[in-house]
Parts: sequence; structure tokens; C-alpha cells
Amino acid sequence: MEALESNLRRFISDNFYVEPDELSAEVSLIGSGIVDSTGVLEIILHLEEIYGIKVEDAEALPRNLDSISNLVRFIESKLDIVKA
Amino acid sequence: MRGPAKLLDELLAFDREAAVGQICKALRQQVYRRLRRKGVVLGLSGGIDSSVCAALAVRAFGSQGVVGLLMPEAHSDQESERLGRMVADQLGIECLLEDITPALEGLGCYRRQEEAMRQSIPAYGPGWRSKIVLPSVVDSEAYRFSTLVARSPEGEELSCRMEPRAYLTLVAATNFKQRVRKTFEYYHADRLAFAVLGTPNRLEYDQGFFVKNGDGSADVKPIAHLYKTQVYALGDYLGLEQEILGRAPTTDTYSLPQSQDEFYFPLPYQPMDCCLLAFNRGIAPEIAAAEIGLLPAQVARVYRDIEAKRRAARYLNEPPLLVEE
Repeated sequence: MEALESNLRRFISDNFYVEPDELSAEVSLIGSGIVDSTGVLEIILHLEEIYGIKVEDAEALPRNLDSISNLVRFIESKLDIVKA
Repeated sequence: MRGPAKLLDELLAFDREAAVGQICKALRQQVYRRLRRKGVVLGLSGGIDSSVCAALAVRAFGSQGVVGLLMPEAHSDQESERLGRMVADQLGIECLLEDITPALEGLGCYRRQEEAMRQSIPAYGPGWRSKIVLPSVVDSEAYRFSTLVARSPEGEELSCRMEPRAYLTLVAATNFKQRVRKTFEYYHADRLAFAVLGTPNRLEYDQGFFVKNGDGSADVKPIAHLYKTQVYALGDYLGLEQEILGRAPTTDTYSLPQSQDEFYFPLPYQPMDCCLLAFNRGIAPEIAAAEIGLLPAQVARVYRDIEAKRRAARYLNEPPLLVEE
């Protein structure tokens, strides 16, 4: 989980020009203006490419994608489903 | 205690005569005194905003001080040109036709659009038509992603979510249209020593519904403080034809017909105006919802969308940034 969180933090930091230490796990990525709707699409593409999961439109919800901690939880749940 | 439809009543409770007087006075002061220009040039789309602006400009500068431009291109609805010409005739202003298709072809606008669309729909090519739509923000918490809707020459309709690079390329290519139109507006303004009049209403100006250095560029923007509902009311007061007053807002940008609320705004203009007014007044979603005919959760989603669009509009409105102010 720590590796996952760290990878996500680096991806968001590198792609959306925010210092890693300004990026707490709980900060709202949309609400704080770090990403816009195109940025959410970039995040989804990243998840699909790097973690091999498919993000359906109905899953593109703030509770899944709007913070690093939400992303970690979402990816883990998707990977659990894949494993099962 | 707020009663039903109070927001709409508030939007419409303004003195039309005073509003017209205030705008015309400001226009004359800005164009003659501050900008030292002799009149205004504006694009005519046959929509309510440009038609009201043309009528206001004629009141401010007389018909000799206003030039309207019709600027169709290959994907334009022919109604836009017909209605734009009708407005010019009604107002007695000079009306010039500038077909921007050759300029767009020279810039590769259509080729670049098709290349971007082929990344999502490989068969896309000549004879196909398309538009970009956004799902409703009102009925779901889900993020809204632009969907490409394409219709084949045989009438088959396909739709798919675009990947970010292809989507941005499609938007960038399409933005040539607004930027070429603005180039023509400034050409005519320069040769006449006129100013360019921009036609955004408050909803568009506030929410960033314009192309930077395209339709967002102008010397004066006389209705940017008016909600769209108020612009329609002014159009009625100014005696515009029913065809203009009754025409639904359209983007007239993509080759398939596209309404503004399927492309950008989460609601049709009147409830959207009410939401924006309520948001600006700090009215809680629970109170606004009853007046607009939505659920509180739906109004809360529209409020969040308003905030997000304002953040996005910040870049659009930013002037060039200098190292030393």
C-alpha cells in the first residue's frame, strides 16, 4: 500500500506540477484545483496502463478518484476483484 | 421566506429601459472616449446574444457605427447566416459575409479534427458528422467526460469516451473557428477604426464558455454582466424578431447539432441562470432547490460544477504574465 501511495503521489506531482509534500493523502484533487476534468481522465489512463484495471464511467466518482487515499482504496479494491 | 420561482422573478425584475441606457452610455464612453474608435464590429450568429448586442450597439452608435459580420464555415447551420442577416436588415446595419471555410482548410482545421476523431473512431472520414457531448452533472456524482458522438454517412451513430490527448487535439483544432472569426473581426475593425464588440453573457463570461484569443477576445463586452434570461428579456424589449427570441441556444461549432447544455452547461439556460444567481447570493442548495424544481443534492452538484468551471476560467481570463509588474 505504501508503494502504491508513493507511486500515485509521484505521478500526480510530476504531471500536475504540485510539490509532493503539498500533496496530503486526503486533499481533494479537484477541489484544490490540482486537476481538472481532463486531468481526471489522465489519472484514469494512468491507472489503466500501470495497474491493468478498467475504470468504468460509473466508477469515475469522487469517492474513488478525488484524493490519493481514495485512489489507493479504489485500486486495491479493483485488484482484489481481479485476484478473486 | 422565499416563495416558488423567486429566483426567476429576481432575474426578470430589472428595469429594461434603465439597463439599455446604462449599457449605451458605457459603450459610448468606452468606444469614443477611452478607445478613440468610431464604432463597433461584431459577429452575427443569429443567436440572442449577438442580436441583442447589435441592437444595443445601434442605439449607442447609430446604424452607421455598427458593422455585422456573418462568418459561416463548412459545419455551420445555414439558419445562423439567414437569421444573422435578418437581424442586420432589421437594424439597418452594414452586413458583410466572410466565409471562413478556406481559411480553416488552409490551417488544417478539418483535417486535424478528423485525425483526432480517428483515434477514437478509426472509420471516421468524409461524410461523417460529429459533436462532443457531456453527460448530465445533475443526476450523478460521477465526473463528466466528454464523449464523441459520430454519425456515419449511412446514419449509424457511434459514441465513445476520448482519450485526453485526442480530446485536447480535437478541441484545439476546433478552436481555430473562433480564432479565425476574431481575426476577421479585427481586420474590419482596423480598416474602419472601429472597436470589436464581444457578445458573452454573464453565464458564458463567468463560467469560461469561450475560446481564449477567440470569441473571448474583444475591446468591449456590453452584456457580460447580464444573465442569459435577462438578455432574452432585453431582446424582447428591443423589439427583436420572434425567430431570434425563440431560438434555442446552440454552439453551432460541430457538424452535428449541439445544444449548449449538452456541451458545457449542466442545465438549460434558465435553471442554470437561477442556480448561478443562487450560488452568487450564497443561497443554500436546500432553499434554491425548491425554487428551481430540482433536488437539493442536484443543486449542490451544479454548485460544485460552477466552482470547478470558475477555476478553469481563471486561465482563460489571465492576461499575459510579466516578470516585472
